Amino acid sequence: MRLRIGLALVIALAAVALLAPLLTPYPPAAQLDLHTLRAAPPSFAHPAGTDLYSRDLLSRLVYGARISLIIAVLAVVISVTLGTLVGLLAGYAGGLADAVLMRIVDAGLAVPKMFVVLVVLALWEGVTIPALIGMIGLTGWFGVSRIVRAEVAAAREREYVGAARAAGASPVRIAFRHILPNVTGPIIVTAAMGVGQVVLLEAGLSYLGIGVPQPTPSWGNIIADGQHVLLSAPWIATGAGLAIIVTVLAFSILGDGLREHLDPRSA
Amino acid sequence: MSTLLAVRDLTVTFDARPRVARAVDGVSFEVASGETLALVGESGCGKTVTALALLRLLQQPPARIAPASRILFEDADVLAMDGAALRRLRGARMAIVFQEPMTSLNPVLTVGTQIAETVRAHERVTRAAARARAADMLALMGLPDPRRCLRQYPHELSGGMRQRVLLAMALVCRPRLLIADEPTTALDVTIQAQILELLADLRSRLGMAMLLITHNLGIAARIADRVAVMYGGRIVETAPSADLFARPAHPYTAGLLRAAPRLDGPARPTLAIPGTVPPATAWPDGCRFHPRCARVWQRCGTEPPLLDVGPGRAARCWLVADPTGGTP
Repeated sequence: MRLRIGLALVIALAAVALLAPLLTPYPPAAQLDLHTLRAAPPSFAHPAGTDLYSRDLLSRLVYGARISLIIAVLAVVISVTLGTLVGLLAGYAGGLADAVLMRIVDAGLAVPKMFVVLVVLALWEGVTIPALIGMIGLTGWFGVSRIVRAEVAAAREREYVGAARAAGASPVRIAFRHILPNVTGPIIVTAAMGVGQVVLLEAGLSYLGIGVPQPTPSWGNIIADGQHVLLSAPWIATGAGLAIIVTVLAFSILGDGLREHLDPRSA
Repeated sequence: MSTLLAVRDLTVTFDARPRVARAVDGVSFEVASGETLALVGESGCGKTVTALALLRLLQQPPARIAPASRILFEDADVLAMDGAALRRLRGARMAIVFQEPMTSLNPVLTVGTQIAETVRAHERVTRAAARARAADMLALMGLPDPRRCLRQYPHELSGGMRQRVLLAMALVCRPRLLIADEPTTALDVTIQAQILELLADLRSRLGMAMLLITHNLGIAARIADRVAVMYGGRIVETAPSADLFARPAHPYTAGLLRAAPRLDGPARPTLAIPGTVPPATAWPDGCRFHPRCARVWQRCGTEPPLLDVGPGRAARCWLVADPTGGTP
């Protein structure tokens, strides 16, 4: 049940992001009324209202979904790939390699991710979206590798791994062919949860002004646009806030649903 | 017959701090080409550790193979092999089947993939050729509809079928030696009989040697040419199977025979050997069996060597030297 709700929400979000040009009445950065230049409340012409620069908020929210999801998915692909490789190596090799890699992971987890990304991006002149994706991806793999390592260390002791070794399979083959497919469940769950987390992180960075650069819309920078006028034009920040809440929730529910679905004990 | 496998003074210890477990302690035996040797003994006497050591499948550490040990297979020193040489040996020249058919197959790969993979690990053949070989092997294992079986996942098969698949995997590269570690223990009695028949049949058809590891003397009697009885990490008696069952020379062997129920011959109560195998960290001094032996006498305080009993026979018991056991 949870899996279905999560899937439905995520598919809906993905559809919105993919079909953005068809769903939006205006270009997201277009200033529609240059005479008054003021935020208009929701109306028929602008279902989510307009912002302080007279840009259509619905268009910005929809395009924001596109930006947020692209960043989140690509960053998670990077961090899950890295985390899986490191976890596989640490869990399968064990011994010194395991100890060294896991101390690096401990150190990585001890430093707040937001802080690292903030410092690097602050020193960077002119943040680009690929740089943002790279930074988030490169700082996000520590937790993944911890999970993968634990799963691999358990799977390594299975009898079929011993049987593969006894049949003359090489360590690389055993790791990728026999162990990795047996630990994909937790990896998928972690990835689903991770997308929600990155949406939140990216919104935070964009809110602080070091994430997605204006005029490209992002839920984070829409909230930043609306924060000074929270009392006079509450619809600006509220719409973006709701979008973030729904998205993070959707991926959490999907992750939970997948965990339930993939866990053999609950089947 | 030429010697295929020669094991000399194999000693395997496990670091079980603060003590050291001598799981296998100075074991020597030979297997000739085409011969079947059964390694028999209770749980904890070192059979499986011996088998794993032959293919260097023990995790080191915690296991340690003593430097004086020698394992010669086809005149090559197995203990001196590097990783690549071991991979060429495993599954190709010397193969092993484990006792748990339920867990020895990878649940996410099809049967065909797993068997074909073994072929391709050792020979440069196409995927299709490897699958064809896998199908042939499954047919040889007596599986109906081998083509269909190739596409099935392990969970779709019964225990007996899985053991046949594991055998196919082990034998697909035609190894010279098959190590079968309790191959029938996890199966129903009727399936056990079928698998044993299959093993005996395959051995003669493929002309391979077999090291059969079992705690079941009945199984050893049915298919082994020779039997080596292990106790406390040592071989205590070795003999051609017929001789061993007719006239056991070691009191432990005799005890095992009395403990096995028989269907032929007059009914008699089965007699268990009192006590259990001591832990490998604390083998008793002298003969390792003497605390449990009904015929213990003063010489048992020092450990006997393997004493000659007759042609091809030896037993590690002072009674061989003095059958009266000190009583005139």
